[in-house]
This record gives sequence, structure tokens and C-alpha cells, in this order.
Amino acid sequence: MRKLNILLGVAIAGIAGFFGIKEIIADPVYFLELVLGGLTRGSIYALIALGYTMVYGIIQLINFAHGEIYMIGAMTALIVASVLGLWGWNSGVIVFLAFAFAILYSCAYGFTVEKIAYKPLRNAPRLSALISAIGMSLFLQNYVMLAQTPEFMPFESLIPDFQFWEPFAHIITAVEMSIIVTTVIVMILLGMLIKFTKIGKAMRATAQDKVMASLVGINVNRVISTTFVVGSATAAIGGVLIACHVGQVNFFIGFLAGIKAFIAAVLGGIGSVPGAVLGSLVLGISESMFTGYFWSEYEDVFAFTILVIILIFRPSGILGKDETSKV
Amino acid sequence: MVTKKEIKQSFFIALWFMVLTFPLMVIKVNTIKNIVVFRWTNLIWVGIVGFLASLIWNYFLRMKDEKKKADTKDNIPIVHRLLQNEKFRIPFLAAIGIFALVYPFVFPMYHTSIMISALVYVMLGLGLNIVVGLAGLLDLGYVAFYAVGAYAYALLNLHFGISFWVVLPIAALLGTIFGTLLGYPVLRLRGDYLAIVTLGFGEIIRIVLENWDELGNGPRGIGNIPSPSFFGHQFNQHNSVIYIYFIVIALVLLTIFFVNRLENSRIGRAWIALRDDEIACQAMGIDKFKTKLTAFALGATWAALGGVVFAAKTSFINPMSFTIWESITILCVVVIGGMGSAIGVIAGALVLILLPEYLRAVAEYRMLVFGALQVVVMVFKPEGLIQGVRKIYKFKKVEE
Repeated sequence: MRKLNILLGVAIAGIAGFFGIKEIIADPVYFLELVLGGLTRGSIYALIALGYTMVYGIIQLINFAHGEIYMIGAMTALIVASVLGLWGWNSGVIVFLAFAFAILYSCAYGFTVEKIAYKPLRNAPRLSALISAIGMSLFLQNYVMLAQTPEFMPFESLIPDFQFWEPFAHIITAVEMSIIVTTVIVMILLGMLIKFTKIGKAMRATAQDKVMASLVGINVNRVISTTFVVGSATAAIGGVLIACHVGQVNFFIGFLAGIKAFIAAVLGGIGSVPGAVLGSLVLGISESMFTGYFWSEYEDVFAFTILVIILIFRPSGILGKDETSKV
Repeated sequence: MVTKKEIKQSFFIALWFMVLTFPLMVIKVNTIKNIVVFRWTNLIWVGIVGFLASLIWNYFLRMKDEKKKADTKDNIPIVHRLLQNEKFRIPFLAAIGIFALVYPFVFPMYHTSIMISALVYVMLGLGLNIVVGLAGLLDLGYVAFYAVGAYAYALLNLHFGISFWVVLPIAALLGTIFGTLLGYPVLRLRGDYLAIVTLGFGEIIRIVLENWDELGNGPRGIGNIPSPSFFGHQFNQHNSVIYIYFIVIALVLLTIFFVNRLENSRIGRAWIALRDDEIACQAMGIDKFKTKLTAFALGATWAALGGVVFAAKTSFINPMSFTIWESITILCVVVIGGMGSAIGVIAGALVLILLPEYLRAVAEYRMLVFGALQVVVMVFKPEGLIQGVRKIYKFKKVEE
């Protein structure tokens, strides 16, 4: 069965590759643009997917409200930036404060959501926690819609068109470049956090075995809270960056982005941090190729189809480990 | 009893919420006119509501803990106890029956029309209850099968002129086929993956309907869907609403009958067992995959039936009627009403669909309240408003 799957994958890749090479030779610049566009998209997915994968790794819950945390980050940045802009503050200070507030508030929301909707359900069946998460997501979306507006709000890009980037701007814009660079920096920082710090070690221990972790003196509740806060912070960064890139924000942006990021996390192997990054980049680039060469209106269908295909042929994802259920 | 410590704690929680909601609730920016409005009254409201909510939350959380400690054996909800009582049962059912019979003649057409949608939701809720409540499979794309039913009637009628009564069984069959086809690849997955994949399928069907112009006119939808006929006789508009009302009542009764029979059948017990413990179930020789697939396909069948009635009632359908919100509303009906309990689901559907219709002023808060209710119900009363009752076999001691 395993061999058959690999064979099938190779065959599909081969056919795709054959047609792909023909297209690439015909128009290499277009291909490069698609790859870079996909990389940008993938970076954003990666920033969101990290939150999913970390939370899933620790408490085995799909945090449905994660997309909403990302949306709240973008919204907060928009509000802070426009208020300060109207007050005539320096644009450099605005960028800094908008990012700072977005991250702070997203973290606060992530923390609160965990305390309200997930902590009381720690020992409940998984279905209960999942329904609670869906409820939270629904609540946050409608809360933002009612408190602000159901319309799209224009989002002035916080990132200027850097002068030195001018010669490359026709292939990849300054905003897209900033997204990729920021993502790389965040990934490195996060990797160091998980690998080298005490709390990172505690996170890994909790993910492996909650009971054992608490026996060796780890405060499991605090580790879970920290995980939510860290995941929310990266989602907020993603939210602000994508809002700069797209130029508009509304209460619903978190839904689809959240689901796509989740798909990316599953693609890479949910629970694994490098897997989430890899999955996001693969999803971003392949989505960009699909919309570039085939039908752009079926973009979301493509992502869901990929999800179904992975879950059927390799449910543990690219980097995930197979797990068998035990009694 | 509320202690001083709790009041202090609630006070800080209220403060926390005031800080938390500040940018979104207080500041409102109009980026076109360049004005900032500060809505300070909202802050006070958040403070007050946060304080009270926190007190109530803590109180109920403590109650729940105490209840867990106390031994609760006889925990059958009052509705079930009343229904089990023979003396009460017959008059109660008769009263409901008479009320349902005279309803469309006593109340104006508007109310009948709302009641029809509520009853369609009863059907959908009972169907989803098979999947979510009994078999424990979280299906977030239930609306896809609803769309299959609605489009089946609209298209078959448009192209071949097939009437409502003939479409009804065809749509049910189509629903079953779609349910099996979709269920086949995805039912191998673990519970939470299944939720996302079904959500994906729901969205795929909607996106395809929106973009495939040749099939159903894309976003413009299909209009002029005829209402059902009575042995070839077509009613005028007013009477046809009443007629559809009775059709829905009949279908709901049929659904209740089926679900009731299914629940206590071999397959129904297999679903419940599978929901509670998959591994133990497999060890007992139940075919996990086949049993799940049956639940999924049967759930889809009811959704398709509901879709046909929906299309006949509104006489116009477009993909906008089949968004993810619809799936979530149906899920709310099941979860809040009481997973696995038919009476709970019926009550849930009537309350959740009728209330927002009559409270038009707060209709925009509907989804907000639904979301909050889902969380609250899961935290405090995971079994829903009216708990399902499990069949218990009692052994009588043989007296000598």
C-alpha cells in the first residue's frame, strides 16, 4: 500500500512536471512571478499555521478561533495606524506601534479564548472542545462585525516602497519581499525559542506527555497558555503583513486564511513545526501555480482538494509521524 | 454565595475585558471621511457585562464541580419523565397535534411561512443528529446535501418538468448517493480531520455552483420553481403555503418515526457505541467503516429531502442559501438542543429559528449569540438543553 502511494505520487508529479516544463520555457518571467507570489502566500500561511500546529501538538485541538485571532491582529493594526495617522504622528513610530499593538492584542485574545473556551474542557471529549472552538470563532467574527463594520475597510500599507528595492520591484514588490524576510526572521526566532529556551523545552515535554511533564514540575497550564500566546503573536504578524499586501480588511478574512493555514499544517504534518512551514510553502506555491496556469476561480476548491488527497493517502502529512491508537 | 474574593476577581476580569475590547469596541475610524469616534459608553457596558458575566460564570463552574462530586444517578430530564408518564403523554401529544393542525388556519400566512422554515430545520436537525449526535461524526458540510436536494428539484423540474412528488424520492436517493460518495474517502479520518474535510466539501459544492453557469445559472440562481401539486391540482399562492406546511408536517413526522426506529435498531445502537468507544466497538465485531458510512449517507438523505422542500417553498434558489453559516446553524440546533436526543433537536430547531424571526430587532446578533451559546453549552451542559436518554436494560430479580 505504501509503495503504491509513492508510485502514484511520482506518476502524478511526473505528468505535472512534463506539462510544467513546457509552460516554463514558454514564459520564464511569468513562472518566476508565480513562484515568488506563491512564496509570499506561503509565508503568510506559515505564520498562521504555526499557531495551529503548536496548539495541536500540545492539546490535540484544532483551534478554530485561530483565524479570528489573525483577523483581530490586522484590525487592531488598522485602527491604531489610522488613529495615529490622523493625529499626525511620525510614520516610523506608527509602523512600530501598529505592529506592537496588533501583537499585544492578539496575544491577549489568544490567552483569553483559551481560558474561556478550552480550559474548562481539558478533560472533555474532543468533539466538545471542537464545537466550543467553532462557537468561539463564530462569536469573535460577529463581535468584530458588530463593533466595527461588515464592510471592507481600506488598509493603508504600513510598509513603504523602499528606494533601494526599486530595480527589482517589477518582479516582486517591496511589501512581498518584507513579508518573506519577516517570516524567515520569525521562523528563526521561534525555532530558537523552542530549541534553546526553558519554556521551549517545557513545551516539547508537554507535547510528548502532559502527565509526565507535570510530574517533573512543569506547570502545564502555563505552558499551554504560552503556546496560545506565541501562536497568536505569529498570527498577528501575518495578519498585519497580509493586510499591507492586500490593502483591505474585514471581519471575515480570518475564516478562509485560517482554514488554508490549517490545510497547510495538515499537509506538513500537524504537530510538527518545520512541517507547518514546509506545508505552507508547498501549498502557497502550488496554489499560485494552479491559479496562474488553470482556473483562478477554483482557487479555494484546489486547496480543499489537496487536503482531501493528503488525508486519504498520507494522513500524517509530509513530516508527520504515523501514530496508532492505543486503548 | 459570593465571597469578597470572587467580587475582587470579577472586578479585575471586568477591567481585563475593558482593556481587551478597547480598540474594537470604543474606537471607530472612518477612513474615508477621516474621523475618529470614541464610543466611551461601550466601555462602561463592557465593564458591567464583564463583571456580571464573570460572577455568573464562576458560580456555574463551581456548581458544575459540586454536581460532579455528588452522585447523580437519576438524571433524566423532566421532558422525558413527563413523556414516559402514560397519563400525561396522550393529552400532551394530542394538544401538539391539534395545535399543528389548526396553526395555518388561525395565524396569518407570514407565520405559517416562518413555521415552515422552522420545520425544515427540524428535519435537517434530525438528519444531522444521526451523523453528529448518534454516530459522533462532526459534519460541517451538511449544507452541501441540502443544496443537492434543492438543486435536484430545481433542475429536474426546469429541464424535464418532473413534479415535486416524483423528485422527492429521487432527491432522497441522490442525497444517499452523494453522502456515500463523499463519505467513502473521508470517513477513514479521525474526528477532527473529518470536520475540516466536510467543511471543505461544503464549500467546494457552493463554489462550483457559483462558478458553473451552465448548471444552475451561477450566482443568479434558478427562479420560478413550482410549488407542489395535489393530484394534479395546483393551489393558489395562499393555499399552497398551507399545503406545503402540511407536507412538511408529514415529512417531519416521518423523520421522527424513522429516527426513532433507527435509534433503537441494531445499527442505531452500533452508532452510539461507536461514538462512545471506537476500539471497544471494533473488538465487538462492528464494522466501523460501514457503520459510519450508513450514518453519513442517511444524514445526507434527510438533508436532500429538506432541500427539496426548501426549493418548493421559496421558489427561488441560488448558491447564497448554502453557505457555511447554514451548516453552522444546523449544527447549533443539534448541539444546543441536545446531541443524540430527538426531542432536544426539535425544541432546539423551533427555538433557534423562530426566536430570531420574531425578535427582528436583535436578528443581527443572532450569530453572535449562537457562537456564545455553543461555548457556554459545551462548557456547562455538554449534553445540550434536553438530554438524550439511553436505553437501559433492567434486570428483575426473580422472587422465590
